[in-house]
Amino acid sequence: MSSFFELSLKGLQTGLRDSSFTSRELVTDALERIAKFEPHLHAFLYIESEPALRQADEADKRLASGDKQEFPLLGIPIAIKDVLTVEHMPATAGSKILEGFIPPYTATAVKRLQTAGAIVIGKTNTDEFAMGSSTENSAYGLTHNPWDKSRVPGGSSGGSAAAVAARLVPAALGTDTGGSVRQPASYCGVTGLKPTYGRVSRYGLIAFGSSLDCVGVFGRSAEDVAIIFEIMAGPDPSDATSSDTAVRTTKFEKQDLNGIRIGVPKEYFIEGMQAEVQEKIRAAISQLESLGAKIQDVSLAHTEYALPVYYILAPAEASANLARFDGMRYGPRVNANSLFEVFSKTRGEKFGSEVKRRIMLGTYALSAGYYDAYYGQAQKVRTLIKQDFETAFKEVDLIACPSTPRTAFEIGAHAGDPISMYLEDVFTLPASLAGVPGISFPAGFDELGLPIGMQLLAPEFREDLLLQTTHIYQQATEWHKQTPPTFDAEKI
Amino acid sequence: MPLTPQEIEHIAKLARLDLTKDQKKRFRVQLEAILDYIEKLQDLDTEDIAPTTSILGGRRPLREDEPQSSLSKEDLFKNAPKHDDGQFKIPPVFES
Repeated sequence: MSSFFELSLKGLQTGLRDSSFTSRELVTDALERIAKFEPHLHAFLYIESEPALRQADEADKRLASGDKQEFPLLGIPIAIKDVLTVEHMPATAGSKILEGFIPPYTATAVKRLQTAGAIVIGKTNTDEFAMGSSTENSAYGLTHNPWDKSRVPGGSSGGSAAAVAARLVPAALGTDTGGSVRQPASYCGVTGLKPTYGRVSRYGLIAFGSSLDCVGVFGRSAEDVAIIFEIMAGPDPSDATSSDTAVRTTKFEKQDLNGIRIGVPKEYFIEGMQAEVQEKIRAAISQLESLGAKIQDVSLAHTEYALPVYYILAPAEASANLARFDGMRYGPRVNANSLFEVFSKTRGEKFGSEVKRRIMLGTYALSAGYYDAYYGQAQKVRTLIKQDFETAFKEVDLIACPSTPRTAFEIGAHAGDPISMYLEDVFTLPASLAGVPGISFPAGFDELGLPIGMQLLAPEFREDLLLQTTHIYQQATEWHKQTPPTFDAEKI
Repeated sequence: MPLTPQEIEHIAKLARLDLTKDQKKRFRVQLEAILDYIEKLQDLDTEDIAPTTSILGGRRPLREDEPQSSLSKEDLFKNAPKHDDGQFKIPPVFES
């Protein structure tokens, strides 16, 4: 069978359960597709073949014995962004400073998927320590966009987004600190969910910005994303920031958007954005209206301040979080005469440019004499950004806007100009700072055939509303079903 | 926001980053540009605004303080660049 990649996660679940195919066939097919397309994509940093096939055989035994009710993901291959730990698999965070590191434990989010029967087939490429918007900052080489190899897949979870877009795996985990799931989902034409801050455990996630980091999911549809998300979500005693608020199960029966109020913020339609992005997102909003939603204008007045707030808070938190990489307990050590030199030479040699730049920026923002002006002021403006959302969500159930100002850019387009790169995230940063959930899904293509992503934002813990609304849109449209030309059936 | 070469040296020292001459020069220019961009936060009057010190709101989960098993010593030392007799080996902290 060579058409597994055409099936949704839900379709794979059904096929395995009614014995239309086996997990071994499915995993073999995924490994073959990876072998064939990886040289063109470089979505993976680590691929696990033999152990995955062994797990597939075990899954097949369990499926045959009828022991499957409690294992919704039994026999299904998935991929994990290489900032989450999986016991015995190398974890690099895209950095040379973790070269050779083998984590002794598995991240809770991954563990829950494995407990549900999922087979981790590999670790995906990422900007170093998830710092970037293009996956060009990986110390192990960049990832290509499946829609156009000369372009970036977005980032930092570019490997996971590309792997799902190229139909190498039905779903993959990413992380989103300032847009690192939603932006690559948009660039790669897949559905990507950033949950509410605290909704999914971060135990086993290599920390970047601890007041922002969220574990998210990529899939081909809202329905597929919901399956993974609902298994991962919920409190975890190993993560004190995980929330014990009950996880709402998404109801997919509803066929229309009657009674749903959707706000459109004028601050997300700005000068300098690609005209086609604006057009397609307006068209998608009209479609939501024709499906029954009530559309109204809202204002998120402090949107323009999200980028400066983020580029104080995230680097400040990163400078503290990355202090642990000092060549003492794990990772490589550069030998030198004094302890100070061992620290600074190890860090100086093994961290890449973007990571060093952000550590410098964060250290500066937190240093004596500058703390109040930078960090203190940023924390206060964060409050204003959060209040914007609270006010808006008194009037509307959801917010609809573009995920990114433009479609995927060319490799190297922002080299040497950090601010122009940071601007790719202007539409995803505010929700990250407010801690609210967001989803990006395909809503059209530009004239070059590159996917355009629509973003929906919801009040905290209302992922169900995001997934349900996206599903209703996806029932009425075909955008999410498009496969990048090189990766379709005929080329197999 | 102009940064002096001395400030760059100072931050790099605080951050324990050994930077090349070229990196120091490049980071100085780039950090100045980023700080200029960030400067616009000063336009906002935030005197009466409380800082967001936690995004968790009122949520403060607590657990019982009970001893639990942890990773084995063997697991912990497996990734160490140098270890000996159940301890991480590092260069001397105090110079003689």
